[in-house]
Amino acid sequence: MNKIANKTIINNVLLEESANDKDIVVLCSDSRGSAGLGPFAKERPDQFVEVGIAEQNLVSIAAGLAVSGKKAFAVSPASFLSTRSMEQAKVDVAYSHTNVKLIGISGGVSYGELGMTHQSANDIATMASIPGMRAYLPSDRFQTEKLMRALLKDTDPAYVRIGRNAVEDVYEEGNVPFEMNKATMIQDGADITIIAAGEMVQGAKAAGEALKEKGISARVLDMYCIKPIDEEAIIKAAKETKMILTVEEHTKFGGLGSMVAQVTAANCPTKVVSLTLPDTPAISGKSPAIFKYYGLDGEGIVKKVCELLG
Amino acid sequence: MNLKKKAFELRKDVVEMIYRAKTGHIGGDLSVMEILVDLYYKQMNVSPENFKNPDRDRFVMSKGHSVEALYSVLADRGFFPKEKLETFAQFGSEFIGHPTNKVNGIEMNTGSLGHGLAVGVGMALAAKMDKRPSRVYVVMGDGELAEGSVWEAAMAGSHYKLDNLTAFVDRNHLQISGTTEQVMNQKSQEQRWAAFGWNVISVPGNDLDAIDGAVEIAKRVKDKPTVIVAHTTKGFGVSFIENQVGWHHHVPNDEEYAAALKELDERGAQCE
Ligand SMILES: Cc1ncc(C[n+]2csc(CCOP(=O)(O)OP(=O)(O)O)c2C)c(N)n1
Ligand SMILES: [Mg+2]
Repeated sequence: MNKIANKTIINNVLLEESANDKDIVVLCSDSRGSAGLGPFAKERPDQFVEVGIAEQNLVSIAAGLAVSGKKAFAVSPASFLSTRSMEQAKVDVAYSHTNVKLIGISGGVSYGELGMTHQSANDIATMASIPGMRAYLPSDRFQTEKLMRALLKDTDPAYVRIGRNAVEDVYEEGNVPFEMNKATMIQDGADITIIAAGEMVQGAKAAGEALKEKGISARVLDMYCIKPIDEEAIIKAAKETKMILTVEEHTKFGGLGSMVAQVTAANCPTKVVSLTLPDTPAISGKSPAIFKYYGLDGEGIVKKVCELLG
Repeated sequence: MNLKKKAFELRKDVVEMIYRAKTGHIGGDLSVMEILVDLYYKQMNVSPENFKNPDRDRFVMSKGHSVEALYSVLADRGFFPKEKLETFAQFGSEFIGHPTNKVNGIEMNTGSLGHGLAVGVGMALAAKMDKRPSRVYVVMGDGELAEGSVWEAAMAGSHYKLDNLTAFVDRNHLQISGTTEQVMNQKSQEQRWAAFGWNVISVPGNDLDAIDGAVEIAKRVKDKPTVIVAHTTKGFGVSFIENQVGWHHHVPNDEEYAAALKELDERGAQCE
């Protein structure tokens, strides 16, 4: 079991890059511990800004830094960043086109026992709906590193959501296929395409393998780039496989499933079924138990695929 | 009833809940207890019997992470059976890690800091509109005061002369990443509230009599809301937890659990 959380990777990449790039500035809102950014705050005090428990201020200050030449990384729980500071993200980041990367930590139902205030089951919908804002949900630590290095090279606004705890590796060290804004095909197949993002990718991968043993050939796509979504990969899947199943740690409104369905409807109408969190506050518990309860884990995906393919 | 002792007994319930569930925000629970005990056992007109009565007093735990303290008080006041506390943070339980109105006795769902005072303003305004005797009490953390929304609500509270609204600040000088002064300086806190038009009372916040006296004054003040800045000790009652930033949401191990219960027993006995 991998013990290194994606947030630790973000800390490490920022720490490494900031040694030579003094324009990198990290901002937290009493969130450095939960963000795994303790080491950065300690080793780069001159490139670290603490704003206190004030997420709106966090994002606007980041925008002010960015418009003054800094590369700002505003890091706070995804729940607050994607809703409390949504207007700041819209106006000061996306509309003014400032080089701010919004990093939403402990996303989805990572804080499973803390209630809806601490969950971000709607962050894709809020952030991706902002004109000019990109949205990424990396699946494992290796992909998180690739994504962070790519984001450091551009100057456009982006929102990144990661979970709280370490997740199983999806890829192998040294063998991490990654192209910016292109889905990664984890397994090819012809019967069905499973499209997942973030922490759901490991379940999709496990399901793909389990289905193989049942004689079902599933294509598995890691759609870490929710926006801009990889339309080409979706259209190809719609043409080459019988149907599409999307899996997301998000409600069904304005998330991965909605976006995939929009692409297929316009280009190659295909059956698209979505596994999502419900349109109610999620049941309380640890996130793996929540995933299981809503059929968002490997087993749940296999069950759904079997049901769909009859 | 010996309420000073009660505050230590309820702290034991908090420690037990967190130890059992292996999650919770122990530091802020222990610092806020005297405020809750004064409100729920002496001051507020609220009980399981009158909880649907529109004339009842209202309470909002704006620093929702101190929910374990609130659950233990509500259980002891008979809003639900105490055994329910054993389900805290278990899969599917309604007793989650922040206040939820699925639990009897809780008015408002909180957990995202900086909402409670504004909600309290709304409740106090409604009581004025309907000419009801209800008083509204809101408890905030000191770190929470960095949220701008707190000050928007502070403005509205004095603008509407809400003398039926009393806010508490659990002034324990700590938040998650350090002291409040390290994270976001808030010295001269009392002056800030006064500048926003509030009646300000500063009290030693783990002193039940002092809190009670302040609430009594607040009830008599006219045309202004009152803020009681309660100078508390985070982790109060368990010496190794007191004033330790790491104990914001640390969970006691077996030895710490036993030591905490023992010390709380002793501190409670001293109140006899
Ligand atoms: C809007 C919002 N941002 C961040 C958090 C995460 N959080 C929970 S408790 C806490 C620290 C609170 O400190 P303080 O208000 O001083 O409370 P206390 O010391 O009484 O525990 C933070 C940042 C939150 N619950 N809500
Ligand atoms: Mg505090």
